[in-house]
Amino acid sequence: MNEKILFAVLLLAPVVGFLFNGFRWKSKNYMIAGSVATGAAGISFLSALLLVSKLFGEGAPKSVSAGFFDWILVGGLQVGASFVIDHISALMVLVVTGVGTLIHLFSVGYMSHDERPSKYFAYLNLFLFNMLLLILGDNLLLMFVGWEGVGLSSYLLIGFWFSDKEKAAAGMKAFVTNRIGDAGFLLGIFTLFFLLGTVNFSEIIAKVAGMSVETGWTGPLTLAGLFLFVGAAGKSAQIPLYVWLPDAMAGPTPVSALIHAATMVTAGVYMIVRLSPMFVLAPNALLIVAIVGAATAVMAATIGLAQFDIKKVLAYSTVSQLGFMFLACGVGAFGAAMFHLITHAFFKALMFLGSGSVIHAMHEEQDIRKMGGLKKYLPITHATFFVGWIAIIGIPPFAGFFSKDEILWFAFSSPLGGFPLWFAGVVGAACTAFYMTRLMALTFWAKPRFDEKHTHPHEAGPSMAIPLIILAVLSAVGGFMGIPHVIGEILPGHPGNWLEHWLEGSIAKPEGFGHGSKVMEWALMGISVSVASLSALTAYNFYVVDPERPAKFVASLPKLHNLIYNKYFVDEIYFAKIINPIVGGSRALWAFVDVNFIDRGTFIVGDFVKGIGSTARTLQNGNLQQYAMYIAIAVAAIFLYLLEAPKRLLEIFGG
Amino acid sequence: MPIADSLANVGLSHYLVLSAILFTFGLLGVLLRRNVIVILMSIELMLNAVNISFVAFSRYSPNGNMDGQAMVFFVMTIAAAEAAVGLALATTIFKKFREVNIRYFEHLKG
Repeated sequence: MNEKILFAVLLLAPVVGFLFNGFRWKSKNYMIAGSVATGAAGISFLSALLLVSKLFGEGAPKSVSAGFFDWILVGGLQVGASFVIDHISALMVLVVTGVGTLIHLFSVGYMSHDERPSKYFAYLNLFLFNMLLLILGDNLLLMFVGWEGVGLSSYLLIGFWFSDKEKAAAGMKAFVTNRIGDAGFLLGIFTLFFLLGTVNFSEIIAKVAGMSVETGWTGPLTLAGLFLFVGAAGKSAQIPLYVWLPDAMAGPTPVSALIHAATMVTAGVYMIVRLSPMFVLAPNALLIVAIVGAATAVMAATIGLAQFDIKKVLAYSTVSQLGFMFLACGVGAFGAAMFHLITHAFFKALMFLGSGSVIHAMHEEQDIRKMGGLKKYLPITHATFFVGWIAIIGIPPFAGFFSKDEILWFAFSSPLGGFPLWFAGVVGAACTAFYMTRLMALTFWAKPRFDEKHTHPHEAGPSMAIPLIILAVLSAVGGFMGIPHVIGEILPGHPGNWLEHWLEGSIAKPEGFGHGSKVMEWALMGISVSVASLSALTAYNFYVVDPERPAKFVASLPKLHNLIYNKYFVDEIYFAKIINPIVGGSRALWAFVDVNFIDRGTFIVGDFVKGIGSTARTLQNGNLQQYAMYIAIAVAAIFLYLLEAPKRLLEIFGG
Repeated sequence: MPIADSLANVGLSHYLVLSAILFTFGLLGVLLRRNVIVILMSIELMLNAVNISFVAFSRYSPNGNMDGQAMVFFVMTIAAAEAAVGLALATTIFKKFREVNIRYFEHLKG
């Protein structure tokens, strides 16, 4: 089929769904709303599949694209509404529409008791459309439109239950925090446009190809890279802008799965991977990316150790995993970042949907201290969650093992990496294994800690089970798309690293990347797997074998636990050091500068005009004869002027 | 100087001066008098002052141009119409206020 038509269907199907549900937003029929929205997402997925299939086979093009119209033509800035599926965006578009469709399907069950299902599905479709704009746009401006659009949908969905003030505030927090990042993103676009005169991805890549590697901190590419990374840090919840993501869990759980775990929050990683040829020329920018990524990975993982809200644990886990992806980007392993993005989308969406299933079954209870023993009540959820668990802690041969190990290996072996980055990654992985096992144990294993007589948790219908099962399968086998060479060599049939091959040529590599001894790779793999297993085993001992121990252990380290339990007091610090001073400063500006100078200035101008007006007003008093006199005087004056009276008088009397 | 000589020496400027004097009288009447009837009469005076100028210009034009004389008829017609309207207004004002003072015209607004 015609590529342009397919692109149109791919992009517009969610728009149609959005409009359909948006216009009947009062309807409470979740079946109609859900089927239309899911259908729209499914159609998008199918057209994405058809489009991506054109990239396969002998002599297939490197990319398929479609230009619809010229969007902005201003001087040197020429931006078209053009879309492209290349080897990078192909992966992303399949993940987003595929996982998106499953989550839409899950939502049909999850939102069946909600008051406003049509509105919910309309927002969900709106999100999908904007995400597709972000992924498929062939230039930074179009990406930015999608970037803002997903921010809007995210805001709407976080605050979906806005009658709860805390949830509405969480939506606002996400929006405002993202604004900071967006400002950085815009500055990055400006810098690139100023430097290269284009915002088109392929042109940017073509133009930077001839440039040499920047060594300083103030080179244009380094600056652009850092600005863009500020944008990425906002959208993808990295230090210091990660604070919105844990609060974003106020939204419905499928939203957390789709937007705040699988797709939108990975947009920052995607953007950096897209611009990888530019980023490799700015190693100092990459260094910052790597350090921030590693720090986020460790910090968020430690916070996850002490949280009791099932969604908060998963949220900090997401922040931490995103940190891993940025760590990969930072050491130049863009392929590994993409790989982890995909596997993470599978297992984190799976775990979020699983937690949604648990929350649904427990009647909106999210505190894992009040769960336990759910294994026998929720067998499907438990089984699928189990797969997600071993995938995320990195046990071979599940998806997370391959992607996380690739990141750790490159963090160690890349010329941009090194031992500290690798070590931070391993610590993060160990913490991940611990808190995930703790989550499993507290939720599904051990004895129930809720009132079994009154609460009867049970599995929801097939619309919630099917997505869980599909995602569990993907989490189990998803890693096989990127089998490392050292493992592929010893396997029967010697499977290659398909993903690496697929991305070859689409992403850039830093100088001297991808060398390292095989023994070392095996050794590091062994270390990370054993650290993760040990950590998981410890957690199992803590929470299943001897449930009394965590309390005692915490009691022995009260200060540390307090610090972690309260998330390092980051929100409080932000309020004390940044937000309150700004609010106070603004208030002072208002009370002093605005009132005394700006207001007064406008009053003076106003009074002046008013004074003139009140003087001029007396001329027009309704006295006809006075009007006639004005006319007479004016006519006389005109005659005097025309007759050049002053000159004549001068001639007569002066000369 | 005998009167006949003086009459023979009357030229265009004499007419124009007369016209200007009459026009000024009329204008002063319009501006200063309060009685609507008198104001209307003053307006007639101004119009006729202009008519004198027209006729004078026509009479003294080197090629005997009659435009000015034709114009006078139009002015007189308009003046008649204007007088009719003005007197009607004056009658109305008088009916209402038992007086024809110009200040009552203020009450015509709104």
